[in-house]
Amino acid sequence: MFDNLFSPEVISETVDIAVNEIPFALWETFYVTVLATLFALIIGLPLGVLLVAGEKNGVLPIPKPVMSVLNVVINLLRSVPFLILMILVFPITRFIVGTTVGTVASIVPLVIAAFPFVARLVESSLREVNPNIIEAAQSMGATPFQIIVKVMIPESLPSLISNTTIAITTVLGYTAMSGIIGGGGLGKIAINYGYYRYKYLVMLIAVIILIILVQIFQSVGTKLAKVTDKRLKGKK
Amino acid sequence: MIEIKNLSKTFAAPDGDFQALKNINITVGDGDIFGIIGMSGAGKSTLVRCINMLERPTEGSVIIDGVDVGKLNNKELREVRRDVTMIFQGFNLLMQRTCLKNVCFPLELKGVKKKDAKKRALELLEIVGLSEKANAYPAQLSGGQQQRIAIARALTTNPKVLLCDEATSALDPKTTRSILSLLKEINQKLGITVIVITHQMSVIEEICNNVAILDNGQVAEQGKVSDIFSSPKSQTAKHLVFPDGGENIENTLKSERILRVVFNGANATDTPLIAKMAAEKGVFANILSASTKSIGDKAYGNMLLSFPNDENTLESAKEYLNSMDGLIAEEVK
Repeated sequence: MFDNLFSPEVISETVDIAVNEIPFALWETFYVTVLATLFALIIGLPLGVLLVAGEKNGVLPIPKPVMSVLNVVINLLRSVPFLILMILVFPITRFIVGTTVGTVASIVPLVIAAFPFVARLVESSLREVNPNIIEAAQSMGATPFQIIVKVMIPESLPSLISNTTIAITTVLGYTAMSGIIGGGGLGKIAINYGYYRYKYLVMLIAVIILIILVQIFQSVGTKLAKVTDKRLKGKK
Repeated sequence: MIEIKNLSKTFAAPDGDFQALKNINITVGDGDIFGIIGMSGAGKSTLVRCINMLERPTEGSVIIDGVDVGKLNNKELREVRRDVTMIFQGFNLLMQRTCLKNVCFPLELKGVKKKDAKKRALELLEIVGLSEKANAYPAQLSGGQQQRIAIARALTTNPKVLLCDEATSALDPKTTRSILSLLKEINQKLGITVIVITHQMSVIEEICNNVAILDNGQVAEQGKVSDIFSSPKSQTAKHLVFPDGGENIENTLKSERILRVVFNGANATDTPLIAKMAAEKGVFANILSASTKSIGDKAYGNMLLSFPNDENTLESAKEYLNSMDGLIAEEVK
């Protein structure tokens, strides 16, 4: 299948596609990834907080049945494969965006797939906070809301940033799949040219760009997590 | 004044309930430095958490200045917690905030203006002697420095009571001494009542006026520190007062009598006390155990001496030792 991969005709055709379509596809992938992760954070962060704070011994205990429902819903959404989830949520997508096809429409299933994942990541970050520090804040007369906003979240910030990086790279992987339902971006290029039209060199380039994107997101995330971590600043 | 009345605390555990505290009655007067001592698992940390309701007692009440804090609603309780603040063994500073912002934190929670909070925080950093660390992060500080920041943080809201939960247990002896003298200074200068939880008798000895000894969730003995040191009555108290000497007493021959000598700032550091007693009184003592230390040129600590079973010898030894300044000798039975 990789015969003639580097023949002059293939190369000139690929360069053509690369120049005309890849920049826009890259932009689409970028903004879909960032927007979908952002919305997933907006929904997932409060849910993650509830998962920790709402426990029996948490700072803001929530009735057990509510917690159980929350856990089940998150697990349910997490167990549906993304490819199938995209199709299952068509009604929701149509309700929110007005259509089920296209780049903007692909953001909806991405958010629905990513927010439960983000909620679990936030949960694990918040659990890292030293319970003694939370107790200290309680001993100073902090309200549950103050503990969440002024203690739990700031104290776990480096870990939250690391986990957001994981979320963003996962969403990036999902955006490639959304090419199937007409979502734009590098995934679409790879599927349309590589899978349907046997232009493997185009597919290869799309994949390489995706890899580079993941690298960039990961490096920036790691760097940010390190800079915000004041625990690492050792004794002078 | 803090009155702990008939307080009990039971924890529900899968393998049956565990009663951590049983019918505790303690009264702490205003301006006192009150020690609560016990071995690990005696229930002291649970007890101190019952004072500010971080733990809810199962039975009994805690009354602070006439207010039964167990009956307050959450909002009222948060107000009380600004008056009864706490420091911890692990310091529990916010690691992502600078020292200054840590000290500002209780005022920030209260809703005090940033500028005013900062001003107050800087004053307190001055009191604990760490002004130059205002913009450092806790991870950059030593344990002793972190505890000073925690003390400053606990004082920002002008509390009436400071609870110290094993506040010096993670520190070396020298740092412990400096933290203890800071606590004493705070007690004297600001008139704050200090309640000290510890497993170290030396901490009680150094700063407390009164002490309660906890054993197995019960108060084994309580009273003035000087009284309990000179004549511990309960088994637990004896064990704490003579950490190593305890077994020696049991093992001593019935034919011997024992004196416990307490050095309470005696000018005895360069006097060979036991040898002098032998030379001047002809009394020969056998040292069973000794734990003394010199602070400045004064001696503190205690010593266990055994003597032949003879009333006259014992009396003359007691008389000789008690005639010294800052020395108390008493028979242990």
